[in-house]
Amino acid sequence: MRHKLIALAMLVSPSLKRAILLLLLLSSAVMAVEDVVSFSDESLRPRYQQLLEELRCPKCQNQNLADSNSAISQDLRAEVQRLLERDLTDDEIKEYLKNRYSEFILYRPQVNRATWFLWAAPIALLVLGGLILLGLSRRQKHRHSEKAGTTMRSDDQQRRLEALLGSQKRGSE
Amino acid sequence: MTAEFGHVALIVALCLSVVQAIVPMVGSFAGYRTWMRLGHSLALGQLVFVAISFVCLTMAFLQDDFSLQYVANNSNTLLPTQFKISAVWGAHEGSLLLWALILALWSAAVALFSRHLPLELSSRVLSILGAISVGFGLFILLTSNPFARILPFSPTEGGDLNPLLQDFGLIVHPPMLYMGYVGFSVAFAFAVAALIGGQFDSAWARWARPWINSAWVFLTIGITLGSWWAYYELGWGGWWFWDPVENASLMPWLVGTALVHSIAVTEKRGAFRSWTLLLAILAFSLSLLGTFLVRSGVLTSVHAFANDPERGVFILAFLGIVVGSSLLLFALRGPTVQSQKGNGDVASYSGLSREMMLLLNNVLLVSSMAMILIGTLYPLIADVLDLGKISVGPPYFNFFFVPMTLGLMVAMGFAVFSRWKKTDAQLLRQKGMIPFLLSLSAALVLPLFLAESLSWESYSLIAVITLGASFWVVSMSIEDLWQKLSRSGFRWHNIGKLSASYWGMQCAHIGIAVCALGVGLSSVYDVQKDVRMVPGDRLTVAGYEFSFDRLDPVQGPNFVASRGQISAYKNERLVATLYPEKRNYKARNQVMTEAAIDPGLTRDLYVSLGEPLKGDAWAIRLHVKPFVRCIWLGGLMIGLGGLLSVLDKRYRRRRQPKTQAAETTLEVAAQ
Amino acid sequence: MNRLTLFIPFALCLALGTFLFFSLDKDPLDLPSALVGEPFPEFVLEDLSDPQRQLSSDDFDGQVVLVNVWATWCFACRIEHPWLNSLAAEGVKIIGLNYKDYRELAQAWLQERGDPYQFSIFDPRGTLGIDLGVYGAPETYLVDAEGIIRHRRVGVVDERVWNEEFRDLYKQLLDAANAP
Repeated sequence: MRHKLIALAMLVSPSLKRAILLLLLLSSAVMAVEDVVSFSDESLRPRYQQLLEELRCPKCQNQNLADSNSAISQDLRAEVQRLLERDLTDDEIKEYLKNRYSEFILYRPQVNRATWFLWAAPIALLVLGGLILLGLSRRQKHRHSEKAGTTMRSDDQQRRLEALLGSQKRGSE
Repeated sequence: MTAEFGHVALIVALCLSVVQAIVPMVGSFAGYRTWMRLGHSLALGQLVFVAISFVCLTMAFLQDDFSLQYVANNSNTLLPTQFKISAVWGAHEGSLLLWALILALWSAAVALFSRHLPLELSSRVLSILGAISVGFGLFILLTSNPFARILPFSPTEGGDLNPLLQDFGLIVHPPMLYMGYVGFSVAFAFAVAALIGGQFDSAWARWARPWINSAWVFLTIGITLGSWWAYYELGWGGWWFWDPVENASLMPWLVGTALVHSIAVTEKRGAFRSWTLLLAILAFSLSLLGTFLVRSGVLTSVHAFANDPERGVFILAFLGIVVGSSLLLFALRGPTVQSQKGNGDVASYSGLSREMMLLLNNVLLVSSMAMILIGTLYPLIADVLDLGKISVGPPYFNFFFVPMTLGLMVAMGFAVFSRWKKTDAQLLRQKGMIPFLLSLSAALVLPLFLAESLSWESYSLIAVITLGASFWVVSMSIEDLWQKLSRSGFRWHNIGKLSASYWGMQCAHIGIAVCALGVGLSSVYDVQKDVRMVPGDRLTVAGYEFSFDRLDPVQGPNFVASRGQISAYKNERLVATLYPEKRNYKARNQVMTEAAIDPGLTRDLYVSLGEPLKGDAWAIRLHVKPFVRCIWLGGLMIGLGGLLSVLDKRYRRRRQPKTQAAETTLEVAAQ
Repeated sequence: MNRLTLFIPFALCLALGTFLFFSLDKDPLDLPSALVGEPFPEFVLEDLSDPQRQLSSDDFDGQVVLVNVWATWCFACRIEHPWLNSLAAEGVKIIGLNYKDYRELAQAWLQERGDPYQFSIFDPRGTLGIDLGVYGAPETYLVDAEGIIRHRRVGVVDERVWNEEFRDLYKQLLDAANAP
């Protein structure tokens, strides 16, 4: 577009030329590069990106809507945009799509009867691991106090003991 | 004719592996030394024949022998030579042959480097490796033969290698990865041999350790390469998707890392014996599970090979036999192993000891692995239980993995500083104060410089946590180094006293910090713009001005492309010229986007062409990704750390191998 | 670890193995429709052959129908089409949903291969497709006389698929609809 205007500017009278070039200079701020996807409100964009990463392409071999180029992904991206412009919340948008494409489309599984194990298991594992650690450390402490009354010495105490023994030895020679 | 040679060589290799699986094992029970020694020669023989088979397949590719089904599906006359070679392992059948080759390689390595091991042990290890080779050999010959011919009418042209695979990444990533996967079979074999023999002591740990560490190094580098490859090849700047195939490589790695640490305790202190054995079995089991998941069609993945339920059944049966029998053996023989005395009395350790720290390490790593396993398999389990088709993706995995890794890093800082048996809590508090304060200040202050603007929104909690954890690990590591150099007064020449293992540990831990830094910071501060540009347009993104200069048609060896030229300027100075391409590969009529990257330590500039729009406009994706390269730099550092530990002189062969063997046989006899 | 805990890994392995074995039969991409048991979505779209005529779900209310999603760009639809023609000849009522296509091309396609449809809904932007949860062509929905979706098949419906998945249910619904 700008090329055509510049070419046009070359053909007309000097004063008009100047006017056109001035206009071009000013308008270059306005004729900025556009986003492929435009929003009425820019604050929707990060939500759009986030949603596209959490929604699954129903047809692809495990890709999200952000990365897939299939026809259905393009359509669904447009749909997400449309729903965002209609002021739906993120959860409402996910619910809308889930009602049509089943929970398969959600990469973040919902917490329900079918998925409680999925969400609870890692936490349970960590708790179990923690308990094992506690149990073992307690058993170790018990073992120490059983060991013929010898207690674990700190490095400081160890040094003093050695110094003491050393001086005793020298004393006895 | 070459294909027939290859086929026959494979059959011979299978026969050799059958003998290798049976004879040395029987010999070890009966005490026939000749039988036991046979394992060594058989392993070498097997390598020769599998290698011949592999070379024959490679030659079939180089000669464009499209009468072979596998070559016809994956090659093309116009395919560049280096890709013809890497196409050998580009799909299911050939990649299995690569697996078999690498298994033969590791077995041969064990045969060559086990002179100092008691013959009873090494013969059993080789027999077990032989048994695994039998499984793979049968699988290839019965269900996935790369030498199958299309007769009588063979095609004159091939279907071409998937364009995404026509890349340097395919040349390096699978071989490295398989070296790691298969390498854990050695650890597995050592563990099972120990269970069979009922002998298990610190000597075992010392022998097994270099094998475990080297397999782990290869797997680390393999995964790092895979992530890097996905980043520059797939065209949208992602580097990890928690895809089932990716998870299949991460799980053995996590268990392998736990094993690398656990066996250190077993070797040094004789503790965690059963647990170490279990981890060794588990690591390889996960490798095999990965093989199953990727080739059976039960899970969808962009990486998956062609699916075939018949193959799935075979692998599952193989998996069941190998893993099931080893775990059963573990359950039955475990108590025997536990009741043995190590070198000295049964280990005892306090709450703040290195042993405890490593136990914590193991708990976190194994929990991470279990979480990933559950998440990966859940869709499958839910389907079988008729609970519906559920997807489990990055939101789930990141939710758990990030805090677990952070916990690991915090513990790492303490662990580096911990001592065997007992750590002085007072000393720890004293020495840890500076690193703590340093990390805290770095965490709170640096995000102010990294964000585009000084505002509450751009002050990211994730950046704070990442910086804090990474600085913590690095500063505690340096603090420990300082301590070691300062014994009896600071001396630079104390550096010489530090072992390769120690440097390995430091390098690997710092590598983790670097990698975490890359992950955290690039996720938070990545700036992406999807814009519509015509040649002549300019756009500023995150301080860089991108100018879409021109678009030219380009002819490649087997594709046609539109290549854009995009120049990047910073402060009016030209920083990089990028050439993203949109390629159409003629053979498959497949369109592919080739991103253009200007790599840098502090940031990557990443540009890719989207779709052509009306007029001469194109949809162009511009990324500025801060610190993303640290991810793979960190990965390489981790691998390097592992390598340094393997090279530690205590694993080198002693000057008098004969005397050593005699000594150890006496030890064994005495027990 | 005591004796019994040592068996836990083995037990877990057995459990996992069992699950994996049963999963071999399942196809991970065979998605059940979220709309089975739900009413057919509301829509107002043009008839493919007559742009002036507006269609809605009322146009097949009260009948048991198949709704078949098709397009000229869909290769598998060509394979499926002859069977649909024979089904229509037997009296099965099929409604077409022309998905993301061009009117002239679609009309010519039907001209060439036969038109088994009572009528075809023209959905060039795929809006009804999204409401139905369509993700590719061909897809076929079985809708009962009350307008409730009873079954969905993604992929070609040929004789085998018809017999296995649709025939009995179709007869059952037809009998229920015709019952006084």
